Amino acid sequence: MKPFDYVKPATLADAVAAAAQPGAAYLAAGTNLIDLMKGGVSRPDRLVDVTHLPGLDRIEHLPDGGVRIGALVSNAGLAHDTDFAKAYPAVAEALLSGASAQLRNAATVGGNLLQRTRCAYFYDTASRCNKRAAGSGCDAREGENRLHAVLGWSEQCIATHPSDFCVPLVALDAVVEIEGRNGRRELPLEELHRLPGETPERETVLEPGDLITAVRLPAAARDFAAHARYLKVRERTSYAFAVVSAAAALQIENGKIKDARVALGGIAAKPWRSRVAEQVLKGATPDAQNFREAAQAALAVAKPSGDNAFKIELARRVIVRALTLATAGTPARISALPGSPFAANSGALHA
Amino acid sequence: MTHSISLTVNGTKREIELNDPRVTLLDLLRERLDLTGTKKGCDRGQCGACTILVDGKRINSCLALAISHDGAEVVTIEGIARGDQLHPVQAAFIPHDGFQCGFCTPGQIMSTIGLLCEGQAGDDPERIREGMSGNLCRCGAYAGIVDAVLEAQANQTDSKQRRSA
Repeated sequence: MKPFDYVKPATLADAVAAAAQPGAAYLAAGTNLIDLMKGGVSRPDRLVDVTHLPGLDRIEHLPDGGVRIGALVSNAGLAHDTDFAKAYPAVAEALLSGASAQLRNAATVGGNLLQRTRCAYFYDTASRCNKRAAGSGCDAREGENRLHAVLGWSEQCIATHPSDFCVPLVALDAVVEIEGRNGRRELPLEELHRLPGETPERETVLEPGDLITAVRLPAAARDFAAHARYLKVRERTSYAFAVVSAAAALQIENGKIKDARVALGGIAAKPWRSRVAEQVLKGATPDAQNFREAAQAALAVAKPSGDNAFKIELARRVIVRALTLATAGTPARISALPGSPFAANSGALHA
Repeated sequence: MTHSISLTVNGTKREIELNDPRVTLLDLLRERLDLTGTKKGCDRGQCGACTILVDGKRINSCLALAISHDGAEVVTIEGIARGDQLHPVQAAFIPHDGFQCGFCTPGQIMSTIGLLCEGQAGDDPERIREGMSGNLCRCGAYAGIVDAVLEAQANQTDSKQRRSA
């Protein structure tokens, strides 16, 4: 690991000033960053440790009915917060379907949003990667790419964003609070991550020094609590990244879908909200035909980036399955293997 | 530049001078404090051999920078028995053959202690398997490990009931 300077600022303002310097990176739990540094993938000159900053480790229920989740709340702490899991069950289910218990205990909310792709060519410093070294090329394009992106990719980069947590968050209109050199600002999570285009090395819209301090969910997101699921298909039933995942959340009144939210994970460089699928569902009857139509709409612009055409049909089926599960109702308790299509009580038969 | 940190390790307070901020909790335990029970498997957060409790929660010590954990309370495999009396989780691994070569075992045991404290799995083998999925066993002793966790869970439930009776 490359040597680095370590600073532990006492205030947000000091942290932002320290991290705005070239070569600086924020350190929270480090579950992704330290791994990247050990592999020489990330080579910061300075780590700005934010783990001791005050006030960032709380889950606050806001007077307007929304919730503010401090950036230093752990993934496990949030998923197991009873009030939170009840109000936003798909978010808890997504959190618990990610990583291992040890990693969830350490990893933070802010860090989860900013974790890097698990593209093997990004991790392998002997490979060409436009994300790791801008302009060097993309060895994934002609390489082992069956798990790579089918939406929003470019010739320069076909990597996916690996977060489970972000998928229901983006479906539920989460907002990210940011402290930066010019003070505080906020933006929808949907606008945080960038698609690769010509500049895959720029993964988010954050500027040097910007620190995510909290994620907010609006009160309206609670209205989906009775019919909200996160479904994750992966190559083993636990402790693996998604091949494809979907968050599905519905409001059902008098046998019709009053409002719908659909987002996909594992298929693009950002958590992929599908408003076209939501439009198909609004006002429709929650049945297999409409779910299939919504899934077709969601993947209409998808195209394989390599040996991964199967992910397009898989994503359609995952959407249909997630919507079917959501319609059946949020279970009182998240299944033993969260988000698993193999769970005994998943409520849907295997295809 | 050296950095001073203070850790409570298995109940003993330790003042530590770090001459390099790159030291992980895992390397600090093994190389500086001679606590080699915590194992270095993958060193990348994938195998769970380095699992320890930090402030009561199980984490991968290979991905935790020691310098960032000033003031933390650390429990390792060396700190759970009482003299010659094994911790109940250690004891449960023996009759169920919850190991073969033993390399992953300290991590498995510390992870089990963490799992029981979290209280999410109960006596459901499927929840135990999910909760222990961050600990790999290349000998494939998983069936015995799940049985050992189930017994440790049952013993914990029994002793709680006895205490409250």
